Amino acid sequence: MTIVRVAGVGLTPFGDHGDRAGRDLFADAAAATIDDAGIDRAAVDRLDYGNFMGALAEQQGHQAPLMAEAAGLDCSATRYEEACASAGVAVKAGVEAIRAGTADVIVAGGMERMTCLDTGAVTDALAIAADELYEVRAGMTFPSAYALMAQAYFERFGGSREDLAHIAVKNHANAVPNEYAQYQREITVEDALDAPPVAEPLHLYDACPITDGASAVVLTSDEYAATHGLDAPVSITGVGQGGDRLALQDRDAIAETPAATAAAETAYADSGISAADIDVAEVHDCFTIAEAMALESLGIAGAGEGILAARDGKTTPDGDCPVNLSGGLKAKGHPVGATGGSQIAELTRLLRGDHPNSEHVDDATTGVAHNAGGTVASAVVHVLEVAE
Amino acid sequence: MTDEHPATDGQPASYDEWLDAIDAGEGFYLESPAGVGSLPPRRVCPETGSTDLTREPLPEIGTIDTYSVVHVATPGFDADAPYVSAIASFGPVRITGVVRGVDPDAVGDTTDLIGAEVRVTVETRATTDDRLVVLRPTDSSNDG
Repeated sequence: MTIVRVAGVGLTPFGDHGDRAGRDLFADAAAATIDDAGIDRAAVDRLDYGNFMGALAEQQGHQAPLMAEAAGLDCSATRYEEACASAGVAVKAGVEAIRAGTADVIVAGGMERMTCLDTGAVTDALAIAADELYEVRAGMTFPSAYALMAQAYFERFGGSREDLAHIAVKNHANAVPNEYAQYQREITVEDALDAPPVAEPLHLYDACPITDGASAVVLTSDEYAATHGLDAPVSITGVGQGGDRLALQDRDAIAETPAATAAAETAYADSGISAADIDVAEVHDCFTIAEAMALESLGIAGAGEGILAARDGKTTPDGDCPVNLSGGLKAKGHPVGATGGSQIAELTRLLRGDHPNSEHVDDATTGVAHNAGGTVASAVVHVLEVAE
Repeated sequence: MTDEHPATDGQPASYDEWLDAIDAGEGFYLESPAGVGSLPPRRVCPETGSTDLTREPLPEIGTIDTYSVVHVATPGFDADAPYVSAIASFGPVRITGVVRGVDPDAVGDTTDLIGAEVRVTVETRATTDDRLVVLRPTDSSNDG
């Protein structure tokens, strides 16, 4: 099978970009990744682009050709919408196209503008990832959906708000040196416990912020990288996607994320790794409880142990498997449709050795990115490896 | 294109019909021959693929599986907040609703709702006139 290289990565800072149009944000990230890859724009065969709420935030549909134009790309372009996993599925589509031999060079990533909406409008916009009839009309919000999962997790496995606070504290500390992070500041367990409630048991510091931002990566075939002399030491060696019933009420398990488990199993089989091989991971911590459940689906923690991994030091920078060294969605920020691409970009930087936190994973050769949509009715897992 | 809409006779139940039925005390769910429950609109059992779905009476009493006290609501629930959101099991189906008849401020501190028995009713939001699926604990009074 064709090996797919991550030849370049590009990110905007995550945060409040004010009035900057989405196309301008994506152009920024695309320019950065093309520069990082050292390729000619004309070589790009297609754009795979993720976006979730652009029709609400900017009244802009049909975004993909607009983004290609803004990035100076003369190629076909497709937008992928899978809620918070939009960019993850966009990257996966790019990998599959290169493997299929239908493209040699792809730009993949995503963009989201959110701060142009007030908190109520963002809460409304995020809620459309849930079942409109049975969840949204019944009062469910994005935070309350994860709160329902957290309460079910506590009931099934145990755990406490303090355990969750350690996840937030870890990810905030990881974000401090990351120049792209929205919150480059530490918090304490007490800060998290004392924060106002959003949807109990989740409080403000259990939740990711409202973020603008864009991400882009250049993917190439191994042959293209070799013949063009690209410095691309990291490959995407495994991809997997899983799905589940959209509404929490229709799932067998509320305290687990089987869609992510299925995505991980497929991705690991695709790359020939096992969970024990993972040196570093970027996981979808839209809420602290989401990181706990992600670790269990990825096999980094056993059932009921994901909530303790940060507190016990397993996933801290000096732990066995550092998780979210970028700061995660929690502290780096979560521009919904860009997040999946950002995870690939950050993991690539970590494995290449040019991330501010690379020192914590000096010998790492295998990384995993976990990107989830909604309450994990969809999930994408990518395995990245440093080429031999 | 035509202005005529197709006849709806024989069509599967809609969400609104489901609400009407609960409101009339005749709540139902759909069941496939394998005993898998689901809620309308539904043409195919999501687990077995069977199209042989029958209406079965919704059990009168459900039990809460999980809950949350929502403080930051969407604009459409602004005046309802804080409120308790919960998912309850009624036989082979689960239903999401707002729990009324409990004090949201007491939930989590002195009241553990998991396992609590509830009835499902159709009421209206405090914020708008939209109909709302409500779960009322069987041991609560009818105010609140």
